[in-house]
Amino acid sequence: MPKSKSAYSSPSIKQKSDTYIFVVWVDNEAGVLARVVGLFSGRGYNIESLAVAEIDAIKNISRITIVTTGTPQVIDQIRLQLTKLVPVHKVAEFKRDDKDVIFKEMALFKIVGKKNKIEKCLNACKKFNPVVLDETKSSAVIQITALRREIDKMNKKLKPLGLISTSRTGAVAMTRGAKIFN
Amino acid sequence: MPKLLTGAEIVFKCLEDQKVNHIFGYPGGAVLPIYDELKNHPSIKHILVRHEQGAGHAAEGYARSSGKPGVVLVTSGPGATNVVTALTDAYMDSVPMVCISGQVPTHLIGTDAFQECDTTGITRPCTKHNWLVKDINELSDVMHEAFKVATTGRPGPVLIDIPKDIQFAKAKYKKPKKEKSLNGKSHNKFSTDEIDQLINLISKTKKPIIYSGGGVINSGPKASEALRKFVELTGFPITSTLQGLGAYPGDDNQFLGMLGMHGTYEANNAMHDCDLLINIGARFDDRITGKIDEFSPNSKKVHIDIDPSSINKIIKVDLAIVGDVTKVIDKVNKTIVKKKNGNGKSNKPNIAKWWEQIQKWRSKDSLNFINSEDSIKPQHAVQRLYELTKNKDTYVTTEVGQHQMWAAQHYKFNKPNRWMTSGGLGTMGYGLPAAVGVQVAHPEKLVIDIAGEASVLMTMQEMSTAVQYNLPIKIFILNNQYMGMVRQWQELLHEKNYSESYSEALPDFMKMADAYGCKGIKADNPLELDEKIQEMVDHNGPVIFDCHVDPNENCFPMIPSGKPHNQMILGPNDQEENKIKGKGKALV
Repeated sequence: MPKSKSAYSSPSIKQKSDTYIFVVWVDNEAGVLARVVGLFSGRGYNIESLAVAEIDAIKNISRITIVTTGTPQVIDQIRLQLTKLVPVHKVAEFKRDDKDVIFKEMALFKIVGKKNKIEKCLNACKKFNPVVLDETKSSAVIQITALRREIDKMNKKLKPLGLISTSRTGAVAMTRGAKIFN
Repeated sequence: MPKLLTGAEIVFKCLEDQKVNHIFGYPGGAVLPIYDELKNHPSIKHILVRHEQGAGHAAEGYARSSGKPGVVLVTSGPGATNVVTALTDAYMDSVPMVCISGQVPTHLIGTDAFQECDTTGITRPCTKHNWLVKDINELSDVMHEAFKVATTGRPGPVLIDIPKDIQFAKAKYKKPKKEKSLNGKSHNKFSTDEIDQLINLISKTKKPIIYSGGGVINSGPKASEALRKFVELTGFPITSTLQGLGAYPGDDNQFLGMLGMHGTYEANNAMHDCDLLINIGARFDDRITGKIDEFSPNSKKVHIDIDPSSINKIIKVDLAIVGDVTKVIDKVNKTIVKKKNGNGKSNKPNIAKWWEQIQKWRSKDSLNFINSEDSIKPQHAVQRLYELTKNKDTYVTTEVGQHQMWAAQHYKFNKPNRWMTSGGLGTMGYGLPAAVGVQVAHPEKLVIDIAGEASVLMTMQEMSTAVQYNLPIKIFILNNQYMGMVRQWQELLHEKNYSESYSEALPDFMKMADAYGCKGIKADNPLELDEKIQEMVDHNGPVIFDCHVDPNENCFPMIPSGKPHNQMILGPNDQEENKIKGKGKALV
């Protein structure tokens, strides 16, 4: 075995990583997003998508939804570290394939082309509740809501049909049934 | 109509209500209104440092030796950036500290104004929390909350950034609110069931070890008392991290010495071979664990810590108890005593064999070194310093490097809060300003900074502070002309390529003492060492002690990087033995 020259130990065998969704309730105050995001970048955690908005104007609460990947140990750490932040009220996390949770993203597609191409696009989007937000003779803006990988797929599929610009949100999540995140 | 106070007045009102007696600081444009107000508050004494980093470390020394939060006051821009090292240091070692920084007036924020910097942005990752106060009406609440955040749970530094116009603006002062749980973040959630599980593990173990850390010190003197009782009740061996030294008496027979990279042979082997490991207020730092995959492979692991995020961060444990060390250990002790009623002695016979094994390891005498009559060995210097000061209630700070490890190995601490060292961040230049802070908190006590000549030069300017306030700190420099720990790593791992680890043109520390107006003592002869140490101790004033030691001495024992606990390199005595046997350096 070659002699290590580092003052630190070498990394040990990695566990399997999974995708998780974190939902974080925070005080809507200056710098709070920087604290949350800084925690992720500072500790080397991953952010795949991020969605933030105020959800309670009276209590001044914002809800942050973060999609991340990590080993179970890292996911535990993320939850515990988030919980330690002073403006954080509560933290919930679940696996992406959790059947009890709905998980959606929204995308806006701008299509430039003739009517028939736009029709084709709309048709392709049929499964994802397409809404035409704007339409001209030679263009359309279509909104869909879907899962991340579905939007990825549509993004690819619509390219040859005249898709020239995509704008999409991070994922948001909500539990099914009457129960809420604890 | 209640009386309106200026921001500066509110700052001092809060400090008074938080029972602050000392602040360490350095004035500048953006904090002048606060400095202007200082004269009206005689109960708060300001210690003028020579560099803001010094203020931060002094506040750390003050906090660690007294258990009270250290308070720092600095100006905007460079004042704030200079204190960042100390904030990070305090964050890593969980030291309660409140830093107040001035900021440019609110209307100039974001305009690259003179001495402006994004202080809250820069300090966000190195504080528990920070605030930029843009509304004078929030100032009192923020100040009180800052003290609460700094001192509750796992302690740490906080920063309050106050723009200059807010310092002039007027508002009503609000007193601190009565005890209210911090954002629902309670710190003692442990259950009786968890305690029972621990008791169960304790009753079954044959090879236990207690591994205690800085959390015991942070929990207050009562935690040390509880820990001592726990060790007495169980009869278990105990080892300690660098930060935990002093929580358990260093000269007690059940104490195996420090563990980790430069820990003792017996402590590290006991960690490796044990079947029950009880971590009390420590965090499985990488200097402790060595190779993670082979860390204490056959033990049940218990972790008692106030910070839930410390649990399972590095090492997966079998039983986690989240709570304040004092409360948890008290409960454990009570339960043990209750269970023992009428049952005579506990499981001490179970672990008799384990103690025999430990004695075998102990007989290696791993802290041993070959003494010399020609030159002062650094280990010998620390041992003599210990022998000549152990009957006083001595406070020791250190810088970072070989001298720090020798101090940890050879100076035996019997009380908590007597040992202040930069462990997590490893900040060279910590010890001298920390000694200033310790001496401010304990004016009548003997305070020694065991230093290296390279480290001490990083914050040497604070000698001027010590002289100004007549703080009789003793700077005991183990001068080997090298950055010793760097040199040691280069010798062992980089084929003796001593790249830039030798300091040429070191200053004459005797003349430096002269220049600062304090006493200088120089020693290079082992025969005169005792007499000179005594002279240092007896001198009523700050002293720089230039102790010339053998420049080639290495710090042993040592766990080489990437190796588990049971593969230590021992000192030169042992290496000789092994060479004769042709076995190489690594011992199993």
